[in-house]
Amino acid sequence: MRFGIAVFPGSNCDEDAFHAARDVLGQDAEYLWHKDADLKGADVVILPGGFAHGDYLRTGAMARFSPIMTEVRAFADRGGPVLGICNGFQILLESGLLPGAMLRNRGLKYRCEHVHLRVEQIDTPFTSAARAGQVLRIPIGHGEGNYFAPSEMLQRIEANRQVILRYADPEGRLDDAWNPNGSANAIAGLCNEARNVVGMMPHPERACEALLGSVDGRAIFDSIVGAFRSADQPSPRLRRSAMASAEAERLALQPSVVGAAGNRHPSLSMGRSASLSAGRSR
Amino acid sequence: MRARVFVTLKPSVFDPQGRTIADALRSLGYQNVEDVRQGKYFELDLATTEAAEARTVAAEVAGRLLANPVIESYRIEVD
Repeated sequence: MRFGIAVFPGSNCDEDAFHAARDVLGQDAEYLWHKDADLKGADVVILPGGFAHGDYLRTGAMARFSPIMTEVRAFADRGGPVLGICNGFQILLESGLLPGAMLRNRGLKYRCEHVHLRVEQIDTPFTSAARAGQVLRIPIGHGEGNYFAPSEMLQRIEANRQVILRYADPEGRLDDAWNPNGSANAIAGLCNEARNVVGMMPHPERACEALLGSVDGRAIFDSIVGAFRSADQPSPRLRRSAMASAEAERLALQPSVVGAAGNRHPSLSMGRSASLSAGRSR
Repeated sequence: MRARVFVTLKPSVFDPQGRTIADALRSLGYQNVEDVRQGKYFELDLATTEAAEARTVAAEVAGRLLANPVIESYRIEVD
């Protein structure tokens, strides 16, 4: 499958995401310059970390006006999978593609460290290769990751099971002492109501190789690759999601992309079975 | 015309910067400082002599960019 990685002036995790997609996962990857109005046939779009446009006014505030975001929004509206990492998450919030906003960290300090995340939901294209309740150890690096939503919005997000990752202790228990930034309900990652747009503050692309101290970020990337491989199976949600572009449909028919039949899983909406057959390495 | 835009966090939103400043002021002896809320202030110099037009433009840029309606509200003065 083809990863499209958006590049804004000030993005600084674009190369890490590109490396994870191409060198670690062995997939196609293309950079998408923010002034371009073309996703270059991407099957999944990543908004990477960094400081888009300098983040001078608010994080992500200017990036949503970049031409590429018009295309990303249309892609997301068609069900295409979009992942915002750190600054990319902030951009998705400012764009209204995800609900809520980011505040300065509770302790006012930039936090750069490994954190533990409890996987809450696995019926998204970015968590389907994980187990519900699994604990992932992935680094963060941000000064404004204190997730906020007004109480009614927060209740709706929880009722819709849109919280997919929460900060937790190493055993997966929720504990305010392990919440690095004061996020409401310890929210570290979130999806939209259609579940194809995901934002997360931790950096899975920095945790894909043992050399970097953790391979737990592979769960996120293995999920999207596995979800794409199963796109030829009858699942309305996934078909809409993975067939977002004509390019996706063309690729899905190629044996090398479809993979062995034994690796297919029935549907994205049955995330539990997906996690059993997606070939996790952990 | 000059438009002044005051952007403040909504009352329900915790302001860690304001809290820290309040703590700092109390450590300087200002024990009667009960709370501080930090915000942003913008001066827009606009090429118009019409106050109504200046207010319209200021409201548009405040709503579209200067403030995030999820967490912030804004107030405009024109002169």
